[in-house]
Amino acid sequence: MTTLTQTFKIPESIKKGSKFSFCPGCDHGVAVRLVAEVLDELGLREKTIAVASIGCSVTLYDFLEVDSLEAPHGRALAEATGIKRARPDKFVFTYQGDGDFASIGMAESMHCALRGENVTAICINNTTYGMTGGQLGPTTLIGQVTTTSPTGRNVEYYGYPIKIAEHIALCDGTAYSARVSLDTVPNIRKAKAAIKKAFEIQQQGLGFSFVEILATCPTNWKKSPQKAHERVREEMMPIYKPGIYKDITANN
Amino acid sequence: MSHIVIDKERCKGCYLCIEECPKKLLKVGKDVNSLGVHLVEFDDPNHECLGCAMCATRCPDMAITEVYKG
Amino acid sequence: MTECLTKTSKKVLTKGNYAIANAAVLAGCECYFGYPITPQSEIGEFMSGKMQELKRAYVSAESELAAINMVLGACATGAKAMTSSSSCAVALMQEALSYAASDELPIVLVSVMRGGPGLGNIYPSQGDYNQATIGGGNGDYKMIVLAPATVQECVDLTYKAFYLAHKYKNPTVLLADGLLGQMMEPVEFKEYPYPEVDNSDWALTGAKNRPGRIIRSYAPSADNQCEFLNKLHAKYKLIEENETEWEEINTEDADIILVSFGSPARNAKSAMKECRKLGLKVGLLRPITLFPFPSKRIAELAEKTKKFISVEINMGQMIRDIKLAVNGKAQVELLNRPVGNPPSVEEIVEKIKKESGV
Repeated sequence: MTTLTQTFKIPESIKKGSKFSFCPGCDHGVAVRLVAEVLDELGLREKTIAVASIGCSVTLYDFLEVDSLEAPHGRALAEATGIKRARPDKFVFTYQGDGDFASIGMAESMHCALRGENVTAICINNTTYGMTGGQLGPTTLIGQVTTTSPTGRNVEYYGYPIKIAEHIALCDGTAYSARVSLDTVPNIRKAKAAIKKAFEIQQQGLGFSFVEILATCPTNWKKSPQKAHERVREEMMPIYKPGIYKDITANN
Repeated sequence: MSHIVIDKERCKGCYLCIEECPKKLLKVGKDVNSLGVHLVEFDDPNHECLGCAMCATRCPDMAITEVYKG
Repeated sequence: MTECLTKTSKKVLTKGNYAIANAAVLAGCECYFGYPITPQSEIGEFMSGKMQELKRAYVSAESELAAINMVLGACATGAKAMTSSSSCAVALMQEALSYAASDELPIVLVSVMRGGPGLGNIYPSQGDYNQATIGGGNGDYKMIVLAPATVQECVDLTYKAFYLAHKYKNPTVLLADGLLGQMMEPVEFKEYPYPEVDNSDWALTGAKNRPGRIIRSYAPSADNQCEFLNKLHAKYKLIEENETEWEEINTEDADIILVSFGSPARNAKSAMKECRKLGLKVGLLRPITLFPFPSKRIAELAEKTKKFISVEINMGQMIRDIKLAVNGKAQVELLNRPVGNPPSVEEIVEKIKKESGV
């Protein structure tokens, strides 16, 4: 008789009985689960205060068994700053979309990084505003059709998309900035490693840590979950290259 | 023996797990849950499952709630 | 120059902005987040030094938007936290104030009014009476609004602002004006006179040995939004019943009652005294809380007085609340200056004479 080893379980940090309300095949579910797994592994759940922002990401607080604050749209890192400054012993992270982080909240995000606030930001980049029905956002790719770029994003009307992880890496207060993808299982594992590293950086008190996660929005992209991952690989990853853009703990 | 546990009410029918299984042990089944989704079935007559949890790692809804290796 | 004041039993000469800042420190304010704007910049300047000296939290925020949201974050942990600002910059904060009201967070905002609309100017004004009492944010909410008229009251009402904010879990505004902010008067910094409010049943402290807490304003259904608003407004009613505060002088036999808050109330008081010397039956009612407004008392006085005169530095904002309270039972007149120094004692006396038919 062989003994069984459990190789997967629902993380303790996930609320008992909760089910994700994301659309079928949406990568948000994977990202939230990875966050929960890392909270478990680092034993952070009981000292965590999460900040959810506006967009699909706001529902984070329905799924994680942690204390959470809902920030107004774009202000998650201002809220996180207030929490961390008031209670430096707590573990504080934000979970935001690209529109929240890099459009309406760009000032708050950038200045939080510049100040080197000892908090972690997770930003889901799916190149669109998902909750409101797929409009053009700060990361919408050139040529991408959205409900507000009906013939595709062109530079004349819309300007250029932003490469978030690279910009955040330029801030002196940033200790860690990485971009990961959830398109394959090996990449999901890398994404988890990046989240873990970012959380550890905060535990060590080293400054601002940031993970940009390339994710799908099958509903608004009007693609099957499988085809959506193909798009991440073929269209997003060549522009938004995964990698670690800054890690002050790395050698050299 | 290695196996997985599927929570039928969590499955939303995205079927991302199916292509992930290295042994092709997952398929779209006939049963339907309360969402009206044809559920994923785990069919492993020859005990080929590796317990690798690639399916559960891929699943965005934690519908594959447990994976065992052994 | 940052004056370093501390608790003292004897009177010291200081300006309104420093009085507010020092009182906040003595009230136990743990976090200050701010962005400069005249005529209240001394508050942030004082706090930057003092909070660091005391190892408390201070952030020079990138904007007022960020500053007020940092206050929300800190208050969500149960901390005593504040920001201070003025008119056009308080306008930027309205979204967060609406969230704070909905989240029931005990934020303290010091609003030192300057001229508006738009950029306006840095002269004293009461043009943000409506902004504070009605609210510029979305939805049906109320903030507690305290209006000092002296530098000593800047101290006393700052203490009170922290207490009421935490007692009622409600955003609370100390509404001063540029004149009070810059004016120097002798003040006494007494011990913070209020009990500490227990926030252990709601503050975000980490989900240890209990389920996770969520502070949010999102109400997924119309039904739970209705329930929430009814509950919120029951709290506002309670605040009205318990916390309405005003100063009242010579109203019992008055034919004319001056109603004025903040710095113009000082001239109104002097004018009332002058008129009494002339044999005119003039009284004064000075609202100290603008929400809750002393409507009930004004309604009682309207039964026996002939006229109310609202003295304001704006185009007539508080006068609406007076008219609502008076409900047609007496005449309500306005003596205003659009912006700048309050109507002078002489102007007010002239107005009273005119309205008395003298």
